[in-house]
Amino acid sequence: MLLITCPHCGPRPELEFRWGGEAHVARPADPSALDDRAWSEFLFVRNNPKGLFAERWNHAHGCQRWFNALRDTHSDKFVATYPAGAPRPDIAAEDAR
Amino acid sequence: MLEIRNRATRAAPFPLAAETIGGVTIAPSPPRTRLSLRLRPLAAAGIGSVAGLVLDGPIGSTSECDGRRALRLGPDEWLLVADADEGDELAARVIGALAGTVHALVDVGHRSCGLLVSGAGAATALSAGCPLDLAPEAFPVGRATRTVLAKTEILLSHLDADTFEVECWRSYADYVRGFLLEAARGL
Repeated sequence: MLLITCPHCGPRPELEFRWGGEAHVARPADPSALDDRAWSEFLFVRNNPKGLFAERWNHAHGCQRWFNALRDTHSDKFVATYPAGAPRPDIAAEDAR
Repeated sequence: MLEIRNRATRAAPFPLAAETIGGVTIAPSPPRTRLSLRLRPLAAAGIGSVAGLVLDGPIGSTSECDGRRALRLGPDEWLLVADADEGDELAARVIGALAGTVHALVDVGHRSCGLLVSGAGAATALSAGCPLDLAPEAFPVGRATRTVLAKTEILLSHLDADTFEVECWRSYADYVRGFLLEAARGL
């Protein structure tokens, strides 16, 4: 079974986790100033890279905290996990292999 | 706390008799007071001990004092367990010790019920549905954590070498007990 390292609990089985979509999507400071196109892009448009991707994960059946993870979408390898609010670690795609 | 004084007498969700199959004994835990304590992470960092229970141990650790236990479930969450008739006193002590600190203390005793799984094959029976590594090196005595068992969420604590306690939500209790009995039958 795939092990995911929770920043609080350490390595735990993947069954305990829930995926939460792309991380680091900042809510616009003044939503009412946006036109419909920009607002819908904030709501619905997400990156879908082949390679390293920063995602939100929730340790739903553990400490129930949200955290962020850098995952390689090609190999499904978790390269790094870090607490919510922390900046994305600077890891190049080649180093993650 | 009006609700606690008017506490209803509850029927057990499963048979109260212990059952032994394949060297594994599955018995209901005695009725307990369970209090869920939440603190803001910053306040949790320097909390020390409350009502004799050490709260700032590592996540997954248990602290015991006078038959009461504090299970650290997450960076900001604890479960305090005491005898059924000690709830009001424990709650009053915790509230007194945390005066001035923003916290939430909720009696969740009626929400869940416990099963004691003991015997040489206890870890093996649990492993039929629990993906955690239950070897003594990975999950030593004193560890407690929320995890999954088959299709339900449980709270698993390692009480002593061959005894685990499984706590689950009341409505899942019959399923959890049946699952563990089936797992023990296959040992």
